[in-house]
Amino acid sequence: MGLKEYRFTEQIDTRSGFGVGLAELGNANPDVVALCADLTGSLKMDDFKAAHPERFFQIGIAEANMMGIAAGMTIGGKIPFTGTFANFSTGRVYDQIRQSIAYSHKNVKICASHAGITLGEDGATHQILEDIGLMKMLPGMTVINTCDFEQTRKATHAIAEHYGPVYLRFGRPKMPNFTTELPFEIGKGILLQEGADVTLVATGHLVWEALEAAKILYEQGINAEVINIHTIKPLDDAIILQSVKKTGCVVSCEEHNFLGGLGESIARVLAENHPTPQAFVATQDTFGESGTPSELMDKYGLNAAAIVGKAQEVIARKA
Amino acid sequence: MASLEALQKLIPQVRRDILRMVHQVNSGHPGGSLGCVEFFVALFQHVMKYSTNFTMDGKNEDLFFLSNGHISPVYYSTLARSGFFPVAELATFRKLNSRLQGHPTTHEKLPGIRIASGSLGQGMSVAIGAAETKKLNNDSNLVYTLHGDGELQEGQNWEAIMYAGAKKIDNLIATIDYNKQQIDGSTDDVLPLGNLRAKLEAFGWEVIEVIQGNDIKAIISGLEAAKAASGKQKPIAILLHTIMGNGVDFMMHTHAWHGKAPNDEQLAIGLAQNKETLGDY
Repeated sequence: MGLKEYRFTEQIDTRSGFGVGLAELGNANPDVVALCADLTGSLKMDDFKAAHPERFFQIGIAEANMMGIAAGMTIGGKIPFTGTFANFSTGRVYDQIRQSIAYSHKNVKICASHAGITLGEDGATHQILEDIGLMKMLPGMTVINTCDFEQTRKATHAIAEHYGPVYLRFGRPKMPNFTTELPFEIGKGILLQEGADVTLVATGHLVWEALEAAKILYEQGINAEVINIHTIKPLDDAIILQSVKKTGCVVSCEEHNFLGGLGESIARVLAENHPTPQAFVATQDTFGESGTPSELMDKYGLNAAAIVGKAQEVIARKA
Repeated sequence: MASLEALQKLIPQVRRDILRMVHQVNSGHPGGSLGCVEFFVALFQHVMKYSTNFTMDGKNEDLFFLSNGHISPVYYSTLARSGFFPVAELATFRKLNSRLQGHPTTHEKLPGIRIASGSLGQGMSVAIGAAETKKLNNDSNLVYTLHGDGELQEGQNWEAIMYAGAKKIDNLIATIDYNKQQIDGSTDDVLPLGNLRAKLEAFGWEVIEVIQGNDIKAIISGLEAAKAASGKQKPIAILLHTIMGNGVDFMMHTHAWHGKAPNDEQLAIGLAQNKETLGDY
C-alpha cells in the first residue's frame, strides 16, 4: 500500500478560512447576519463587516447577550453567526446556548476561534480544552472542528445550509492548507490515507500531524490509515467501524481534553459495535499554560511524534 | 380588540385556570401568575396584533416573549383563551407528554411560544434579537416582553439593557412585573433593586410607570403610551406595579405563593372569589 502525499501551497490560519467563508456567504445569502463580542479582527470578520455593515452586529464584551440576541434574530428568518474565542463561545455562555439556542432549536451558528491550546501565550484563561465536550452533550447540537483554511471555509458555507444549531471550532495558528481538492459534507468523515495496521482518527489541527505521523510510521513499515473526522457530532460511525475492522486498533487525535472529546465519542461507538484497542492523543485532564503553540503541542503530546508513539503502543495491544 | 367588558369577564376565568392548573399537579407558580393576569389579558386581547395561525417567524405581527418563564400558567391560559390551542389542553399542564411544560418551551411545539424560558435573565436578549430582525425585515411591528423584578438580579439583563439603549432598539417594549417579591422574600430583603426608573433611564430607556398594575384600564393606557413612544430612538420599559397573588385574598401581598400550589380547601376559597365566566377547561 503506497503513501498518498498531501501538498500545500501555503500555511494559513483556520480562522481566516472562516473569515473568507463568512464574507462569501454574506454576498450569497442576504439572511446571513454576523454578531461579534469585540473580537472582529481576531475572528477575521472585517470583510463581512465592511461589505454588509447593516448585517453586522457589534455586541460589545457581552457574550451572554450575544447568544440571546442571536437566538432572537432567527425569529424572522435570519441565520446568525456569532464570533468570539472558543472559551467565551461555550463555557462562559453555556446556559444561554442550552436554553435559548439548543433547547429552543434555533438556527444559530456559534463560530469559535482560538480553540484548544494553540492560541499560545495568553495561557489557560483563554485556551479551552473542554468545549467539544460541552457542546456535544447538548441535544441537537452539531459540532464541527476543522483542520485547515479550506475546510473551515467550506464548513462555514455548509453550516449556513444546514438548519439547526451548530458549533464550529477553529483556531489561530497557521496550518498547512491541503484540503482544497477534498469535499466537505457535514457528518461525513474523510479517508485521507489508506492503511491496514492502525487507524489514526484526527480532528482539527491534529489532522496534519496525523498525516506526518503516517509518513514516519510508513518508514517503520507500519501502514496507518488516516481518517479526518471534522464533524464530531453527528459522528460518522461507519467510516470508523469500517476502518478498525480492517486495522484492529485506533488512535484518536485531538487538541482537546481526552475527557469529553472526539476520542470518547469514538470509544463509545467501538464499545457498542466492535470493541477495539484505542489510544488517545489528547490533553490529560489538565489546563493549558503560556508558551508558543509548538512548545505547547510538544509539552502536551499533541504532535506527530506523540501520535507515532501511541500508534506503536496500541498496535502492541492488538490481540 | 376586545371590549372592556369582555376583558373584565376573562380576568376571573384566567385566575380560575391558574388555580386549577397548579392545584391539579400540586406544583407550579400561582403568585406571579395571578399578579400578571390583567397584563396578559390586556396585551393579548386588546393591544397586540397577531395571528393565532402561529408561525415561528411571526413576520408582520407583534411578538411577545416571557422571560420569567415560571409564570407559565397565566401565559398558557391566556394563549388558550386567545385561540392558540384548545382550552381543554390546560388540563395537561406539567404532566407527562404535555406541550404545556412546567416552563414554556418551543420543544413540544406549543403554538404561541417562540423561545424556552425558565432559566432567568435571558428573555430580553432574545427579544432584542427579534427586534433587530424586524428592523432588517422592514417589519414595523413591535416586540413585547415581560420580566420579573427579581429577575433583574441576573447580570445578562444589564448587558441587554445597555445594548438596547445604546443601539436604540425602539421597537421593544419591556415590561417589568414590579411586585417587589421573589422566592426568598421581598426584593428589598434579598437584593434591593434600587431606583429602577433611574437605572433604566441612565441606560437610555424611556420609562413608563403603571402604578395600578392590576387595573385593566391603567395597563391599557400604559401599553398605549408605550406604543406611542416606540420608534423614537429609545427602547421602552414599563414598570408595572403589581400585587403578587392578585385576586385571591390569602395569596396577595406575599411571596409565600411564589411556587406553591393551593390544597383542596384553598382552591375552593380561591375559586369562590373568582366566578366562572367563560367555562372552566
